[in-house]
Amino acid sequence: MSDSRSEICRIIEAARTDGWVLEPEAKRLFAAAGFKVPRFTLARTPEEAIRFAREIGYPVVAKVVSPRILHKSDVGGVAVGVADDGSLAEEFRRFQALEGFLGMIVEERVGGIELILGAKIDFQFGPLILLGMGGVGVEIYKDVFLRMAPLSEKDAQAMIGGLKGRQLLTGYRGTRGVDLTLLTRTLLSFSSLVMDLEEKIESIDINPLLCSSRDCMVADARIILRKEDGRGSMKRVP
Amino acid sequence: MAVFGVSASNYRHPANEIFNKNMLRYPIRVYGVNPRGGTINSQPIHRSISEVPEQIDLAVIAVKADLVPEVMAECIKAKARSAVVISGGFTEVGRKDLQERIVAIAKEAAFPFVGPNCLGIYVPSRVDTFFLPGERMVNPIVGNVSFVSQSGGILVDQMIKFTGEGVGLAKAISIGNKALLGELDLLDYFVADPATRVIAFYIEGFGGSEGRRFVLKAEKCGKPVVVLKSGKSPGGSKAVSTHTASLAGDYASFSAVLSQYNIVEAANELELISFCESLSTYTKPIQGRVGIVTVSGGHGAIAVDACTARGLSVPGLPDEIREALRKDLSPSVQEIAALTNPVDLTGSGIDEDFVATVKGFCAMEGIDCILALLLPYIPGITSDLGAKLGGIARQCGMPLIAYVPNVEKYAMLIEGFTLNGSPVAHSIEGAVLMADALRRNKP
Repeated sequence: MSDSRSEICRIIEAARTDGWVLEPEAKRLFAAAGFKVPRFTLARTPEEAIRFAREIGYPVVAKVVSPRILHKSDVGGVAVGVADDGSLAEEFRRFQALEGFLGMIVEERVGGIELILGAKIDFQFGPLILLGMGGVGVEIYKDVFLRMAPLSEKDAQAMIGGLKGRQLLTGYRGTRGVDLTLLTRTLLSFSSLVMDLEEKIESIDINPLLCSSRDCMVADARIILRKEDGRGSMKRVP
Repeated sequence: MAVFGVSASNYRHPANEIFNKNMLRYPIRVYGVNPRGGTINSQPIHRSISEVPEQIDLAVIAVKADLVPEVMAECIKAKARSAVVISGGFTEVGRKDLQERIVAIAKEAAFPFVGPNCLGIYVPSRVDTFFLPGERMVNPIVGNVSFVSQSGGILVDQMIKFTGEGVGLAKAISIGNKALLGELDLLDYFVADPATRVIAFYIEGFGGSEGRRFVLKAEKCGKPVVVLKSGKSPGGSKAVSTHTASLAGDYASFSAVLSQYNIVEAANELELISFCESLSTYTKPIQGRVGIVTVSGGHGAIAVDACTARGLSVPGLPDEIREALRKDLSPSVQEIAALTNPVDLTGSGIDEDFVATVKGFCAMEGIDCILALLLPYIPGITSDLGAKLGGIARQCGMPLIAYVPNVEKYAMLIEGFTLNGSPVAHSIEGAVLMADALRRNKP
């Protein structure tokens, strides 16, 4: 536990200059805190990317890593289902042209229902947890449920049951639902992680949290840090 | 009471109004204070609180903002027990320093005060620090709802509307800039106050983490807490970083957290009044299975729609209840009444048919709240029906909410209900809101 704690602190401290924790480090943080994360690597060259993709097997997901890009899809920084070496190298070259390019995430493709699991340290109410139907359309559909942390098991269940999309989670018209016990547990661990990090963070998005009947995986995440003086950190983020 | 700032020359000074009304209309000994002296209402104006011949329970300070620290220090020195600072001119105009000074003075002496920049305290027939001329105010009915408001204007306006709807007031407090005493302190106070059964708040916003402490306290306080919030539209162009921060805006968070802690949020004034009225009568929570009785199919249909929209159910009547009820109805409606839920007694219904139906609902396991939609222009309904139905509901222990049009000539019918502990709404929607309040309040 103390090992994972120091790892979490190290990641946060290292992200101070950027003001936020980028995807690769955010996933390492969640992995350290006991969350499941898809297999991935941060590739600095096309060769590294190809080597890893062959290792985990095509098709893979490729995502840009840049401290200047908070929402990757907005700038075409995500490619899903990249099928071979040539396409992967091409994506790498395309990402290189994006602002602040640091490298490319190559990641195994995992299935499941896209949820968003988020946190916000609210001025009036302190830490809040948000669960919703995730993906790029999250702010269009706004199918979300908010609760003040720390969550009890009852809170977590009420959040899941409070979503309009809950039928998709329990299994709808022949599709399989998600493991609700696992999702509840994920919500509770997230809540306690947020309570631990309350002083250090401003907000967190896990989007998507990919949930299936077998797994709940942190497929993408960003953590916005609180400025040391206690004010928001957003000035330094695009 | 000592009123600081009364003027011997400017009769329109707010302090004069406060002095006059308390002297003339309230059971209070009141002293005017102003260093310039003089008289007011043939009473001497004291040049300082030290000249006042007895200890002061409440100092009402209505002097220029810059003079408030000095006056407060004098009050403390004279062992006054509390203050209301009416004066404006503090943080609301950028004088944070001045506000911090009076807070520091008060804290050091453990001296409680309400305000500044507020109307202060109103307790019907007891005390009133509002500087509003008495003849311009509506006299509130004495009751068991206490109301705390950041805005004095909203408070007075709601007091008038409460009175119009027959909702009684225990105490009203305008907290203004809430420099020292805020929502949390007044929540504590009203939880302990035996005269208060429902605690209502008009809130613009909480200070840092104050909202968290408020909901945790309110959840366990044992009395219904109703909140009307303003400032719901997203403010300016705050840089938003994550989807979560954008989706969990200030109001979305406020509303979600209130409902998480079973605090009843009123979306608007009608909800506020309706919720306070029904919760001041009934505090036992219901699941929200409503039995409706009316003489008009249209009223029944509108009520069902409103119930459904709010998550209240309108369960059907079991056959044995229907058969028993039909036998109890008067001959003229026996064949034509629709004995579903809503029960439509038709325009031929009489008092006894309502009585039989309400008794039938009381006997039903599947119903935990009754709505009686009365149209007193139907010839068979008498002015006694309110007392009759109210009495039955009270005896069987089931909440009964009536809708009666708000017309003066139906006053006796309405009072028959209210005096027997059944709230009366003046719209169908209002009646449904009252039932919804009972469902949402989980003490």
